[in-house]
Amino acid sequence: MTHIDGSDQRGAKPRQTLSTLLYSKSFRTAVTQVVMAAVVIFIGLFLYQNVVENLRAQNIATGFGFLEQTSQFDIGEKMITYSARDSYGRAFVVGLLNTLSVSAAGIFLATLIGFTVGISRISSNWLLSKVATGYVEIVRNIPVILQVIFWSVLLRNLPNARNAVEVYGVGFLTNRGLTFAVPATHPIHSTMGIALVAGIVLAILGSIWARRHRESTGTYVNMLWPSIGLVIGLPVLAWLFGGAPTAISYPVQKGFNFQGGVTISPEFTALLIGIALYASGFIAEIVRAGLQATPKGQIEAARSMGFRPWFVTRYVVLPQALRVIVPPLTSQYVSLIKNSSIAVVVGYPDLVNIGNTVMNQTGQAVEAIAVMMLVYLTISLITSTFMNFYNRLVAIKER
Amino acid sequence: MNKDFKLKTALCAIGLATLGSAGFADSGDTLASVKERGEVLCGVHPARHGFAAPNSKGHWDGFEVDYCHAIAAAVFGDADKVRFVALSSQQRFPAIQSGEVDVLVRNVTATLGRDTALGLNFAPPIFYTGTGFLVHADSGVKTVEDLDGATICVAPGSTTERNVAQIFATRGMDYTPVVIENNKQLVDAYVTGRCDALTKDKAALPGVRAYDTENPAEHVLLPGIFSKEPLAAAVRQGDDQWYDLVKWVTYATFNAEELGVTSENAGDMKSSDNVDIQSLLGVTGDYGSKLGVSEDWAYNVITQVGNYAEIYARHFGPGSPVELDRDLNTLWVDGGLLYGFPIK
Repeated sequence: MTHIDGSDQRGAKPRQTLSTLLYSKSFRTAVTQVVMAAVVIFIGLFLYQNVVENLRAQNIATGFGFLEQTSQFDIGEKMITYSARDSYGRAFVVGLLNTLSVSAAGIFLATLIGFTVGISRISSNWLLSKVATGYVEIVRNIPVILQVIFWSVLLRNLPNARNAVEVYGVGFLTNRGLTFAVPATHPIHSTMGIALVAGIVLAILGSIWARRHRESTGTYVNMLWPSIGLVIGLPVLAWLFGGAPTAISYPVQKGFNFQGGVTISPEFTALLIGIALYASGFIAEIVRAGLQATPKGQIEAARSMGFRPWFVTRYVVLPQALRVIVPPLTSQYVSLIKNSSIAVVVGYPDLVNIGNTVMNQTGQAVEAIAVMMLVYLTISLITSTFMNFYNRLVAIKER
Repeated sequence: MNKDFKLKTALCAIGLATLGSAGFADSGDTLASVKERGEVLCGVHPARHGFAAPNSKGHWDGFEVDYCHAIAAAVFGDADKVRFVALSSQQRFPAIQSGEVDVLVRNVTATLGRDTALGLNFAPPIFYTGTGFLVHADSGVKTVEDLDGATICVAPGSTTERNVAQIFATRGMDYTPVVIENNKQLVDAYVTGRCDALTKDKAALPGVRAYDTENPAEHVLLPGIFSKEPLAAAVRQGDDQWYDLVKWVTYATFNAEELGVTSENAGDMKSSDNVDIQSLLGVTGDYGSKLGVSEDWAYNVITQVGNYAEIYARHFGPGSPVELDRDLNTLWVDGGLLYGFPIK
């Protein structure tokens, strides 16, 4: 863009001729770029045209009209209501939500384990650091698909429903998954959810205020306990306000499965553990690299000034480490989301699994794949955008 | 700058070469391209015992495999000129559509949707079956009505996936599907008890029980057939000559059984006075050249592969690991559904 701007400025000069324009480097660069873009677009259009004509020549149905047709197949795990009478489009949404839920849980778990192991790796405790190193080498160097199959086979060989393992009186572990008691559905639960979000927002606003206050007056205000109070206290208040319902939905074995409670399926668990552990190995290394990037002298200097260790970590090490950690962490998150498509192998109904079924029932492979690609691209781009935004927050600010 | 220019020229050249070679997929003359290649590309199931599976010697073996051999025998006079392409239920339709295989003999149920939207043509069904359920013997499940609330293992992209939804919906029952593409993983999920039942075409379940379970006696097939599954060979639409050939190879095996022509007696039968037998074996008429193959096409099919009864007995007959009653798969004269159009 700057090149084009440059040529424009020069174009404003009165003694501009055609030959000077031809020999202008910026003009030639612009022309080459336009030509290359045209070629790429032309090839793309040609391939698209080729596909459309071929499909028509072979009498294969095309178009996205199928998304509104009745799907006629069922899905095992769904976060929204769905039955065989719903449309293919809704089936895709069910798959998308399943992909998002396993990815979100995976990112949380991988980050938690990754940071723990990463910090353990540089621990002065010999045993801890060696165990962490061994863990990283194992989970990083085994293909993720094998890890997912491994967990799936392991979970499948748990006792069956009739010989369920009881977990502390609140749940059952079987090869049909982990079923556990949850508070019975009550209208106050949604209010509690809103209270939780409000608590988190208020805590963040509070910490921003505390920082401004510190920067302007030099007085340090500890916002740790007020924050915890807001995040936990508000939902509890809402719960008390709602009459403090204590009814619990216990799982009871009835027929083939458990009735009541909540069940986490073995397919979800196997996929979650598989992709999260795999990513955690990489995240651990990223975290280690980030922590080691802070010069030792700074830490020693901070300590010699009498700062407490956690203060050193929070205000000296972390701000610098995050700059190194966040960009590669983003690509790990994106690759974890993409890895969730391994769900097909173990039978978790994610976007690809359902997309495959749709593709086969309708025979519209090109369109079904296009939908899946578009969705993954969108999820990945949103994730990167969010992480880039976070990266700007922690990056060095030139003042 | 110069180096950069060369790189871009090269990229342009690659781009143009791609344009030149992309062209349009040839949907026309399958028979000619099969003859030129010297073998039939036949899409089969990767592991469905009785229908198609590699045997202990590493050769493809099964009922549907024999139909691939029959097509090769008709085209080349040599039943072995086949290359088998194992296809999962998801890969099968793109494979036939794109021309990766010439014919799909892979437990494909002929349906209106596939015939039209998928751009396929179906030869006469070679096997009539329906949705069946395999359950654990100790579960106490005796009929499909006992399966209310059960977890069902099912393969994706199959008609079965839709049938099971319909079977449970019409009975007002609930179920949880567990959908796994890999057949080994799917059967394993059922055997370990992740699922209460495994559903497939009923004809496929005895093979699963015999080969994939540790103790076949611990698993029972539920009585009844719950859908119509006419399994047929599929070819691409728009190539009538190839479609005709596959269709008449199928009819030839039916007619041979009806006329009593077997792989053993086909040679002697050539001197038969029966004009139907003479037409079938290419003694009279020019039916082979009408199909674009040699006159003894059906003779080669029968001597090298066999008539329908022989093919069936080889894979599902008494003594075979996957023993199945012929049921609907008997000739029309015996009350079954096999009705070979006359070769006239």
